[in-house]
Amino acid sequence: MSAPLLEVQDLLVRRGGATVLEVSALALAPGDVLALIGPNGAGKSTLLLTLAALLPPAAGTVRFQGEALDSERRRQAFRRRVTMVFQEPLLFDTTVGGNIATGLRLHGVSGAELTHRVQEAAEQFGIAHLLDRSARRLSGGEGQRAALARALALRPELLLLDEPFSALDPPTRSGLMDDLGRILADTGTTAVLATHDQAEAARLATRLAVMKDGRILQEGGLRQVMNHPGDPFVAAFVGMESLLPCRVVSATEGLLTLAVGGQEIIAVGEAEPGQCVLVGIRPEHVTLSLQTDKTSSARNQVPGTVTKVIPWGPFHRVELSCGFDLCTWVTPQSLAELALAPGRPVVAAFKATAVHVIRTDSQGGPEPLT
Amino acid sequence: MDLIWEGLRQALALLLALDPEVLGITLLSLKVSGLATLISVVLGLGLAVSVALNEFPGKRVVIALMNTGMGLPPVVVGLFVTVLLWRNGPFGFLGILYTPAAIILAQAVIATPIIAGLGLAALQHLPPALRLQILSLGATRSQMIWLLLKEARLPLLAAVMAGFGGVISEVGASIMVGGNLKGSTRVLTTATVMETSRGNFEVAFALSFILLVLAFSVNALLTHLQQRGRPR
Repeated sequence: MSAPLLEVQDLLVRRGGATVLEVSALALAPGDVLALIGPNGAGKSTLLLTLAALLPPAAGTVRFQGEALDSERRRQAFRRRVTMVFQEPLLFDTTVGGNIATGLRLHGVSGAELTHRVQEAAEQFGIAHLLDRSARRLSGGEGQRAALARALALRPELLLLDEPFSALDPPTRSGLMDDLGRILADTGTTAVLATHDQAEAARLATRLAVMKDGRILQEGGLRQVMNHPGDPFVAAFVGMESLLPCRVVSATEGLLTLAVGGQEIIAVGEAEPGQCVLVGIRPEHVTLSLQTDKTSSARNQVPGTVTKVIPWGPFHRVELSCGFDLCTWVTPQSLAELALAPGRPVVAAFKATAVHVIRTDSQGGPEPLT
Repeated sequence: MDLIWEGLRQALALLLALDPEVLGITLLSLKVSGLATLISVVLGLGLAVSVALNEFPGKRVVIALMNTGMGLPPVVVGLFVTVLLWRNGPFGFLGILYTPAAIILAQAVIATPIIAGLGLAALQHLPPALRLQILSLGATRSQMIWLLLKEARLPLLAAVMAGFGGVISEVGASIMVGGNLKGSTRVLTTATVMETSRGNFEVAFALSFILLVLAFSVNALLTHLQQRGRPR
């Protein structure tokens, strides 16, 4: 990893006497796109405001390119290199072009350079035809595009995004996310994105931090956190919907045989026989068939019964009882071909590598894991 | 009705003849209330901005006091200013009682809470995150305040109009601290009161008509400023 662009140490933010944010360490390398995910009230916005130097912390340091932002003068200077976009576009009561120009003027840009950069930013976000339109007469998507254009026109060294898509309808959101992802990649802009949607995070981010109650529970590369969540909360938040407490029966050459609900499943991981482990399985890694397939590479093929079928957007979510609870997604075609309905016996198949060990408890007990 | 028509006719005649006395009274009204409004804009907006942007204990009490101040009766202001400026009063040494300066002072006391109260409401009506948004675009604190005032310009200019309207039309304070002295502190409202009490209804109507035209002209100018450059 190259030298960190932004470094946070022992950060503590209080509001009304209560601690609302406590981050011991966080570092961003140039070009990183970090997604902060977590439920409402997890401290995502507070962390962004602190990183934007808009909220002075009660304790701890934020360093940008090695320089601590420890005085109002330094924070003020830093705010010219970082820009934040909020959930609401917060546009000024003027034209779209006037909005983009306002930010640039604050940065001392004027004349032909100003016109050029307003035009450039508007084109990047596909709103060049709206430059003379009043900001009060934009749709939600257009407004957020204008807000992003206003921010990116400043060529920030760090871009902070506080749920910028959450007020948009799905098609608008998807188009804007694609454009933003492309622009971030093209310009190599380092960014931090707060969201409560793991799919949004997966689409834009290179790194992922899961937050809860003002703390970062886990932070790392996107795939690392998605596939190796460190605790049940993180697992659930990154879409690992089936969480199973198991007992290790045997362990050989990195393969674990686990007992759960009267069945045995195979997982990849390290543990000692007799230990209790919590494993997670993503719904998209579970396939269904009517009988055991001897030719499959899936080490786990467990019989079970369908308990619930729920329409889930373009797919169906199927819940199974295999002695333990498991869930998966199927297409409408598969649903029809396999005649899936509550009570239908099926075989659920998943690879040993799809079973992710989340937590290992050293001492075995009857109900050690929750 | 005849009285009203006669008043209008006479008002036009006075205006067209550029009667020096009427002209003097009109210009003094404009000057006194204009300056008082200007002072109130500086003080009132300053107060509105500092209350809007800062959190401090007792903020609600201060806001309640500002809102109460919006309904300050001019005669009460007149009484207090008179007592303070009285020859033996604490500011008697200034010697400004019964001069236009005293009227300006009294009118500024009346208009400042109006502009501060309505100005504060205008600023508080802006989205709270807008300040953070402006700062994160790289603005200094004074640039942020300027952008916030610009963003609230519609209700803020309405506040200025309310302040001007309040002082150009008040009579109680002007008569108490000014004394309605001919050629020195006689303004349109005090002159109207005097002419009416003397039974010179035609002249009173003429003065009232001029007062209305004056109020309309100033507010038309402010409205023009308010709506200028506003995209449709």
